[in-house]
Amino acid sequence: MSAAQTTRTADKPTEAPPEHRREWAHMALITIGPVVVALVIGGLGLIAMGGNPLTSYSYVAGRGLVSPSGLPATLTRVGPPVPIAASPIGALPAGVSDLGGDGAVPLGAVLVAAAGPALVEIFPVWIVLIVGLLIGAVVGMLWSVVPALLRAYQGVNEIITTLMMTFLGVSLANVLVKLAFLDPTTTVPQTRTLPVEDRLPRLFDTTVSSGLLIGLAVIIVVHLVMTRTAFGLKLRVVGANSKAAIHAGLPVPLLTVMVFGISAALAGLAGAVDILGTQGNVRADWNPAYSLTVVPLVFLARFNGFGTIAFVFLFSVLLIGGESAARKLGVPNYFSLVIVAILLVVLGLTEYLDQRRQQKVRN
Amino acid sequence: MVGSSASPVAAQGPVVSLRQVTKRFPGVVANDHVTIDLWPGEVHVLLGENGAGKSTLVGMLSGLQKPDEGEILIDGSAIDIASPRQALDLGIGTVFQHSMLVPSLTLVDNFTLGGPWWRRPDREGVAARMREQASSIGIRIDPYALAGSLSLGEQQQVEIVRALMRGSRCLILDEATAMLTPRDAEQLGELMRRLVARGLAVVFITHKLNEALAYGDRISVLRLGKNAGAMEPQVLKSADTSAAMAEVVRMMFGTNASGEAEAGGREARRAAGGKPVLAVDDLTVDDGSVPLSGISFTVAAGEILGLAGIDGNGQKQLAEALAGQRPIRSGSLKLKGVSLEKAGVGERRNHGLRYVTDDRLGEGTVGTFPVSTNLLLKQIGDRPFWKSGVEQPAAIADNARRYIGEFDVRTPSIETPVAKLSGGNIQKVLLARELSGAAEAVIFAKPTYGLDVQNIRSSRRRIREAAEAGRAVLLISTDLEEILELADRIAVMSQGRIVGTVDNDADARRKIGELMSGMTV
Repeated sequence: MSAAQTTRTADKPTEAPPEHRREWAHMALITIGPVVVALVIGGLGLIAMGGNPLTSYSYVAGRGLVSPSGLPATLTRVGPPVPIAASPIGALPAGVSDLGGDGAVPLGAVLVAAAGPALVEIFPVWIVLIVGLLIGAVVGMLWSVVPALLRAYQGVNEIITTLMMTFLGVSLANVLVKLAFLDPTTTVPQTRTLPVEDRLPRLFDTTVSSGLLIGLAVIIVVHLVMTRTAFGLKLRVVGANSKAAIHAGLPVPLLTVMVFGISAALAGLAGAVDILGTQGNVRADWNPAYSLTVVPLVFLARFNGFGTIAFVFLFSVLLIGGESAARKLGVPNYFSLVIVAILLVVLGLTEYLDQRRQQKVRN
Repeated sequence: MVGSSASPVAAQGPVVSLRQVTKRFPGVVANDHVTIDLWPGEVHVLLGENGAGKSTLVGMLSGLQKPDEGEILIDGSAIDIASPRQALDLGIGTVFQHSMLVPSLTLVDNFTLGGPWWRRPDREGVAARMREQASSIGIRIDPYALAGSLSLGEQQQVEIVRALMRGSRCLILDEATAMLTPRDAEQLGELMRRLVARGLAVVFITHKLNEALAYGDRISVLRLGKNAGAMEPQVLKSADTSAAMAEVVRMMFGTNASGEAEAGGREARRAAGGKPVLAVDDLTVDDGSVPLSGISFTVAAGEILGLAGIDGNGQKQLAEALAGQRPIRSGSLKLKGVSLEKAGVGERRNHGLRYVTDDRLGEGTVGTFPVSTNLLLKQIGDRPFWKSGVEQPAAIADNARRYIGEFDVRTPSIETPVAKLSGGNIQKVLLARELSGAAEAVIFAKPTYGLDVQNIRSSRRRIREAAEAGRAVLLISTDLEEILELADRIAVMSQGRIVGTVDNDADARRKIGELMSGMTV
């Protein structure tokens, strides 16, 4: 008896690390597991269509990552969606399903694209870039005011209102391009173009814009604010249990409005980064729909900023590689979207099974 | 109260019998060897506080849950009720507090909903049968009215008609009068009398003692999941209302004379109390179900004021209004002379007003967050745990370790999500949070509700210690024993008002019983 006790106490210090490691292994399993399963299911689909999954996947990976133009192309592609990924990282844990990013992006972009070429004639470039980023953020924020107030004070479901504001935002951006800010010198309906030398600098002689760095910085900042600060904790309390937030005396409606503001500002900022870094102008009917692309990836990463960056990168590899594969191997272009869709379904199932398993363990 | 004498106590046995039925949920025994017989021709009233096990009992009778032990007899033979459909087939119909009708459909369409999808419903036939059934129990319904256009009372009548059309012999009305206007409740009572006159067995679950005595033939009281007492029809009929009321109150809140022993201790503490710390004057608070009005009381330093009353008479609303979670319409709230009626939750807390909620997981904690965070839930952003808004993990962990030790919280680690702890340990987390720092007045809402004996004892000790340390304590409880054990004075709450305040002396139990029953009639 006493011998058993001594061994147990002796074991104790070494017992904690394996426990920790097991948790990590579990986390990795339920995050990477679905990716593998989705690829396998997608591969079965490829076989059914008469393709070879192995050649296809290795081709995609090769094009997206290994080939000389692959990585920069992928990084260029990652650039614009990265800042907008910060938006749900802040909003979702606070219990706000703000899906209005796809309205804020083109609206912010159009106003930045309109202001940029005009400002550049008066101010030095760095002021123009900073003002441009601010314009994008403010426009995005303003576009969220109505859904924010409706949710915070009337309890109106923000999924509906933000989606409706998205339609309005895309249309308004379109109208602004065609009626207000049309570039008179071209026949294509688009705004005036910001000269390449006045845009955000490129990184090391590649096509990758330094906007990517802004995006990464924003994600990491939002991640740290949510996990390490009092403000982030307050938001997470509101999201996890709004009754507890009221009990603890937190100003729930005010915090909700702030979450909307920040989330939408980040989306507007993403629009600005895209214009100032990559596009230079906005064409009519431009609707990149980054937000709805990114939200599932943020879920996949369980609101973790670093995980989100990884998944956005992975997704971009799939997209770039997928485009090449479409041309070269005849695999349909939207196959990468199919993979993401399968991934989400598998992820949902994994989450469900994991929760059931945990409940069983607890009982 | 039509024909309450007309219960045909036939030679036949009970329609439904529960024999030694036990149902456990994780951490709770909801029903503990409960035995109840439901006789035809009787309104059987089931009384008990929230959490006494009434809902579990109904759940087992209506096929939603299965007993872990014991058996349910239908017409004398043991039967496993496996599903709600089977319960209906066995003749057990249930009418819930909230209507189960689809509001946008007519009553006929509601009734034909369950039919096979390929067959055109016989709406005329169903409507005719509805009218016939309704008139046979003395009510009128329009089968083509939209369900949503009816009052709640009318909707319940419709549900009763539906249950009868399905051939129910035993009808369970689960807190059916809780949401009704007095007029509708009275009509429902008369309807119950007509139903039992036809030989049905009716189970009537209620919080309201006056309804229980007015419409019931037999009363069973559940307390903490056990049979706490029953009144047979003969007894109920012969006893006069106030005597019966007193007896029911005694069964609901239990009796034992252990409260006397500590009277001396209470005397001493009361003498120590001086000026009022917490003073509430003529408080009015809006609420949909139980608005508060004319609430006035004071609590001195070192004094425990007990607030007794049957659950749902405005105690929760009062606690929330005092803590700042619910706006005060008029009246004043003073803590050590400082007016706080307009202050927010945080400001009241900073002045020393603390609230230990009874909804421990619902609002008291964030279940998925670690114990350490929950201990600081009301101080997010305060130094030294956050500096310039950035969290200081070391300070937060130190704080957690200190309170876990001081309040004996049994947790695997300070990082464990608080929902994984037992109810008693979650309560210790709340007590640690609310009793720490510069507490001046503490509101305890049902502080031992749902806890095991050991944790009940330690929670009560904390309450006593809080008072001994000179804090003003408001103890809200539906457990009369607890209040008699701890309080110096006892206020009784009924229907959103304080109906009387008595000193906790030898005669307190009787006076409280009178105040409770007197005002609930």
